[in-house]
Amino acid sequence: MLPFSYERAETLDDARKAVSDGGEQPPTSAAVQFIAGGTNMSDYMRLGVNRPAHLVDINPIPDSSLRTIAITESEVRLGALVRMSEVEDHPGINQRCPMLAESLKLAASRQIRNMASLGGNILQRTRCEYFRETSWPCNKRDPGSGCAAMDGFNRQHAVLGTSDACIATYHGDFAQALIALDASVEILGQAGSRRMRFAELHRLPGDRPEIETVLRPDEIIVAIAVSLPAWAARSGYLKIRDRQSYAFSLASAAVALDLSEETVRDVRIALGGVATVPWRATEAEEALKGKALTEETATKAAEIAFSGAKPRQHNAFKVELGKQTLVRALMDVGQMRI
Amino acid sequence: MTGTITASAIPFLAAAADRPETARPSGSAGNAGTTVSMRLNGQPYQFSVDARTSLLDLLRDHAGLTGTKKGCDHGQCGACTVLTDGQRTLSCLSFAAMNEGREITTIEGLATAAGELHPMQQAFIDHDAFQCGYCTPGQILSGIGCVKEGRADNDADIREYMSGNLCRCAAYPNIVAAVKQARHEMEKA
Repeated sequence: MLPFSYERAETLDDARKAVSDGGEQPPTSAAVQFIAGGTNMSDYMRLGVNRPAHLVDINPIPDSSLRTIAITESEVRLGALVRMSEVEDHPGINQRCPMLAESLKLAASRQIRNMASLGGNILQRTRCEYFRETSWPCNKRDPGSGCAAMDGFNRQHAVLGTSDACIATYHGDFAQALIALDASVEILGQAGSRRMRFAELHRLPGDRPEIETVLRPDEIIVAIAVSLPAWAARSGYLKIRDRQSYAFSLASAAVALDLSEETVRDVRIALGGVATVPWRATEAEEALKGKALTEETATKAAEIAFSGAKPRQHNAFKVELGKQTLVRALMDVGQMRI
Repeated sequence: MTGTITASAIPFLAAAADRPETARPSGSAGNAGTTVSMRLNGQPYQFSVDARTSLLDLLRDHAGLTGTKKGCDHGQCGACTVLTDGQRTLSCLSFAAMNEGREITTIEGLATAAGELHPMQQAFIDHDAFQCGYCTPGQILSGIGCVKEGRADNDADIREYMSGNLCRCAAYPNIVAAVKQARHEMEKA
């Protein structure tokens, strides 16, 4: 690991002012970077992938709003320093929106969930083996160096949202629940605070895969807000892995259903493990609205969700696996009693 | 030869663990050194370390607490599990400096001063829940966390909530049995 200096931020103001080199580069290659839970950051620093010269630890910041889960009739606001396990264990969230709690429960291990912050979780970086191992060329890690995954062992890689420069999968689970529910994020930076749809936070790789989000280096996610309609209680997260627990998804589906009898009034679908960014399948949602939820309509929606898939040599199985995962998730959630 | 090494290592480790401060230089990283105060198994410590030092390396190399094991050093095996303010965490994924003011419990801190084992330690012995033993300190700390979180009610929950601790000897059935026994003992206590 390259040497770096370390400071503890005592206030949010300290933290955002510690980053003076804003500049044009993405936060992941800035000289000064923030650390919260550290589970992703410390690992990628040890691997030589993240190379900050200075780390600003935001954990000591005492603001309770960073650590609070606040539920109202219509919304839940999650402070960015809330740990994954706190949401997983929260009775109100389990009841009002099982998909949110399940997406966290099925992620990582409990030790990691006790450590990892929500803000850090949604910014976690890809597990692409070629990105993690610095001896390989990688456009995301070293822009312009090429992509070893493209014609390499790409079984884990994305089939949706890919580009000629990058096919690395976004592996997060929680983000799928967030994008399905059209969550928003509150961000604080030197220019003040802003709020944006979670769906606008991550960037498709395109020809600049090293730019993963629209965040500037001085900006900190301070909270995530999720609106919770009553029907979010009929929701779930299905995750398919090589082993039953403690693995990243090969394919997953976050589904919420607003049903009137068997007719779909509204539906939210997000797909994990198959795309380069958190992936909402809006066209599949549209295909289901107003229809009865049956195996046939679910299968039709799944076909639409993967119609733009671009598989490579070793990941073609993800197209069929992803479809079947979505169909099963839709049918399982459709059976829920709320 | 192995016996000789072990015997000579014991007094060294004991002395290191008793020492409130380490005098280890912070390396050649210029101004990258940092200080951190924490409690290890109930005792206050202050360390001056290179900022790159993980909590795991601090425990093993600076505090002499080598019971916590380094398996993968990437958060994938669970061998380095400790309790941080009572919650199980992975010491390899935490920089030591981030643990200012925290209470860390390692395998060395579980038995009473009189040598009475923690119910989880006793349960691992009773159920022969290990073979080579390398993952065992992490399994035991993780098992304690699992019980405290209320996730040890049945075999399926124990398997799911212990899935972050790999055992390459595959002692898993016995580990599940040990966690179940310890849950009863811990609930009685």
